Amino acid sequence: MSEITPERVAHLASLARIALTPAEIETLTGELGAIVDAVATVQQVATPDVPATSHPIPLTGGMRPDVPGVTLTTEQALAGAPDHDGSRFRVTAILGEEQ
Amino acid sequence: MSAELSSDLIRSSAADLAARLAAGEVSSVEVTQAHLDRIAAVDGDVHAFLHVNAAALETAAQVDADRADGVALPALAGVPIAIKDVLCTLDMPSTSGSKILEGWVPPYDATVVARLRAARMIPLGKTNMDEFAMGSSTEHSAYGPTRNPWDLERIPGGSGGGSAAAVSAFEAPVALGSDTGGSIRQPAAVTGSVGVKPTYGAVSRYGAIALASSLDQVGPVSRTVLDAALVHDVIGGHDARDATSIPDAWPSMAEAARRGARGDVLKGLRVGVVKELDGDGEGFQAGVRQRFTETLDLLAGAGAEIVEVSAPNFEYAVAAYYLILPAEASSNLAKFDSVRFGLRVEVPGGTVEDVMAATREAGFGPEVKRRIILGTYALSAGYYDAYYGSAQKVRTLIQRDFAAAFEKADILVSPSAPTTAFRFGEKLADPLAMYLNDVTTIPANLAGVPGMGLPMGLAPEDGLPTGLQLMAPAREDARLYEAGAAIEALLESHWGGPLWAQVPALPGSASNGGAR
Repeated sequence: MSEITPERVAHLASLARIALTPAEIETLTGELGAIVDAVATVQQVATPDVPATSHPIPLTGGMRPDVPGVTLTTEQALAGAPDHDGSRFRVTAILGEEQ
Repeated sequence: MSAELSSDLIRSSAADLAARLAAGEVSSVEVTQAHLDRIAAVDGDVHAFLHVNAAALETAAQVDADRADGVALPALAGVPIAIKDVLCTLDMPSTSGSKILEGWVPPYDATVVARLRAARMIPLGKTNMDEFAMGSSTEHSAYGPTRNPWDLERIPGGSGGGSAAAVSAFEAPVALGSDTGGSIRQPAAVTGSVGVKPTYGAVSRYGAIALASSLDQVGPVSRTVLDAALVHDVIGGHDARDATSIPDAWPSMAEAARRGARGDVLKGLRVGVVKELDGDGEGFQAGVRQRFTETLDLLAGAGAEIVEVSAPNFEYAVAAYYLILPAEASSNLAKFDSVRFGLRVEVPGGTVEDVMAATREAGFGPEVKRRIILGTYALSAGYYDAYYGSAQKVRTLIQRDFAAAFEKADILVSPSAPTTAFRFGEKLADPLAMYLNDVTTIPANLAGVPGMGLPMGLAPEDGLPTGLQLMAPAREDARLYEAGAAIEALLESHWGGPLWAQVPALPGSASNGGAR
């Protein structure tokens, strides 16, 4: 059995910055437990002698001439932002009171 | 334009349309109008499109004007195409099926979109998909599911159900899709259409909203193998903006498809049947198995050499995939932070972190949350080696299985999907059941090899399409098109016509398309 508990799901959600509701945490605890048990089968064949593959077709090099390319203007970069002051993204307080 | 002409245009292949446009027999405005009319008539039922391009006719008129002026135009100039909503478009919203990007218009085009514009194709609109391409049914789209044109009560596959439904409902001759674990090939199977996942790195992902970066590939969706090849030639090739893009020169896929349709390339072709995916296993529908066996018999009759190959580690592919994908997705989707683009949910007095968490809670659907949490778990300290690390080792083993199989066979075959289209809601309550739907397609993504899905006939028990998957070694995409076109021709001569012609008429379609 996996070690997926409601407390662990709540902690993972805080790490992933998703404000899950208690009902979602309860549902996900059951679902993730079943999924983790199923995917844990990879450990049956992943023996120490097998190297890991991170990219299916590894490429090296990929140098390009060091010349300026086309970049977004400030206006373009801000066009989809929820809030901005014309030159910067605007957000609420970065630090809470306890910090 | 007469109803007859309109019906004829929407049922034509991209290759035929291109030839008639070049010969001046029809205009791009007529072709585009016929498809827009079809969308207006049937998309209320099918819901393949999230957005229809208001500028399509204007773009078509420019192509017609240039042609009238004698400007040399690319082969597919004036041919309409639908674009999966995962791809960024400067002039249309690009939501990836998510509420968190509702209404977002990107400040740039995906490379593949820029290339189809350069080829003077006509973007018809953006197609529906499971949110961030997470799903096999489009039921996880934040904007409601797409319906299968073969049976409106059933799923069109996913994540690219919108693109597959658009071509099989004659709303577009061709479309673009993306395939991370089968999102092009599985929808092709259940809608009786054609779809190709190219070799990893064969087509640029620049401007494709990333799901799992070591698996994602963009590819063509169509009704014929030649049309897929023509689109592949437009979108493929090196792109310096994608660090995983293969710098090699590629042969013409369209030439490969034409060669395959013409000649006797099946004679002596070594066709490997992957024992672990041969349809005998649990979860494979009897009618899928039957059509697969019949297809193998036809291939043998055409001179192909059928060989059995074993890929013992494919058994672990789904498990490895559902560790690698969530891990990479949890990282890729961190960019939806309520700051630079997309949704922001206000939290009175809250910090930016509170706003971020509330925004992601409101903006992501249940499957996205499930996978982000799973990926965060798989990557956390203390579990990384056991889960993500082990999954990466399985990837190596699957690559070795492919290498061994391709020593015995030129192409590998399997059913594209274990079943025909299932009904809405059937697998929603059980995420694992939904995941197992991709058992046949996932190995190609894990290994980076190209895969093609093409129609394999209707299952006798429910009259719904089944799909044949072909796989070739990495960089051998042309081999897929050559063999695929040959197999398509063989099956169509056996059936007495293409499978897509048997799709039932849709409500609202009158005499315009559908079986007559």
